[in-house]
Amino acid sequence: MPIAHSHASGMKGLRTAGDLVARMQCSKNMRLKDAKEYVAKKLGVDVLQLTDEYIMREIREELNIGIITSVTNKAKGLSAKANIEEVLGIKINGCEQLLRNQLP
Amino acid sequence: MQAKELSERINGVNQMTTEYYTRMGDGRRVVQTREQIYEDLIAGTSVGADLASVSDLTADEIDKMAEIIMDPSIFVSVGRGKEVALSMDGGTIRIDADQGNSGCGIPASRLIGLMTHERVFCQDTIELGHIDYSFKPVKPIVSHECQNMEVIQQNTIVPVFYGAMPNMGLYYTPDGPYSNPSDLMRAFKIEEALLSVEKSVEHLTRDMVWVMQKLMASGSDGVNFDTAGAAGDGDFLATLQACAQLRAEFPEMYIEIGMAGESVLGMHGSLEYKGTTLAGLWPHEQAKLCAKAGSNLYGPAINTNTGKSFAWNLARAVTFTKAAVLESPIPVHVNMGMGVGGVPMLETPPIDAVTRANKAMVEIAGVDGI
Repeated sequence: MPIAHSHASGMKGLRTAGDLVARMQCSKNMRLKDAKEYVAKKLGVDVLQLTDEYIMREIREELNIGIITSVTNKAKGLSAKANIEEVLGIKINGCEQLLRNQLP
Repeated sequence: MQAKELSERINGVNQMTTEYYTRMGDGRRVVQTREQIYEDLIAGTSVGADLASVSDLTADEIDKMAEIIMDPSIFVSVGRGKEVALSMDGGTIRIDADQGNSGCGIPASRLIGLMTHERVFCQDTIELGHIDYSFKPVKPIVSHECQNMEVIQQNTIVPVFYGAMPNMGLYYTPDGPYSNPSDLMRAFKIEEALLSVEKSVEHLTRDMVWVMQKLMASGSDGVNFDTAGAAGDGDFLATLQACAQLRAEFPEMYIEIGMAGESVLGMHGSLEYKGTTLAGLWPHEQAKLCAKAGSNLYGPAINTNTGKSFAWNLARAVTFTKAAVLESPIPVHVNMGMGVGGVPMLETPPIDAVTRANKAMVEIAGVDGI
């Protein structure tokens, strides 16, 4: 069923910009339209391009904010999330608790 | 003749009688005429609108929903640019775990379940949950949950919530410390019954805050209070109180409140949150209170009536949800699992019905997510 929902209307998470739009909804209470516009502006694309795998794959690689396949030397986990913090201008708790708080 | 019959089957349309393959609320396939579908859509929206005192769907919206239902395709989807963000409740433990109602039984850790949902199922958010999926049983094993959350946070990129149900029923005898209010009411001990609910609210609030304090220290992005209000107004009050306390302590925390049903049951009847009586609240009213308590996302849950058609259930669910979307100050992620949001009530809901309900919620109710 998650696959049916994802294919019927989902933003497709890491394949495109779904996680980024979800983060703006969750961190700033942005309604869908506002969240999409905010993310599109930060990434320098138009709203329709947010769900275009061809465009988003390249952007995600360039910004090093995590991609759906496991490519060597590309940011994953907390390092990808730290880059997302910078791109979107938000704080992510995992980076705070498990990265910055653990450094000297 | 054979070719014509085959064509009709493939297209899902019997041209002779203008009948369409659709579903009942239990998932059973039935055939309805265009007129029957319209009758059920109008009846469904009327029932929802009357109950919640909100507007019926407009004629154009009924036409649009009928068009979605009568679409000859098996799988339907939203138009380009109308995609929404998806949040999860419990789904990530279903790769392995079974609670007696679902679970694939594939031996896999929860980390693998979450990573599969992130990188294979392309979910926009995911969540870690305990097999019993209630806050109370998490207490004795919270350290284990924290260990899991840390490892998961180190290996995933999309937002990871901790998800659990308030499930206040676990606080009543024989499972919990407080007398069962239903038993007390049957014995006409009304005051004692009310007191038992109030004590459980305090206890549950304390437990939910305590569990989430630990998980936030382990890097969780936030919490998904799932099926809030399942044990009535006390259950919902505890959720709102826990939400407010966590918001005060963790201003950046992601909080989602997903409901148990379209109306809050008045198991106590007099409980209030910030001056609003909780019993009998409908989705558009629930959403405003969730926002007031500090939630980021609100998830309406509209239960499916298995004896009614898919069209009736979908029209009713979209009517409630559309009103909530219009009045909610926060994003609305409608619940669309088995038996809610117009989706038929069975373990393996037919994909034709799931995707039709999905499209209607996005394009007619205007939800921010699912």
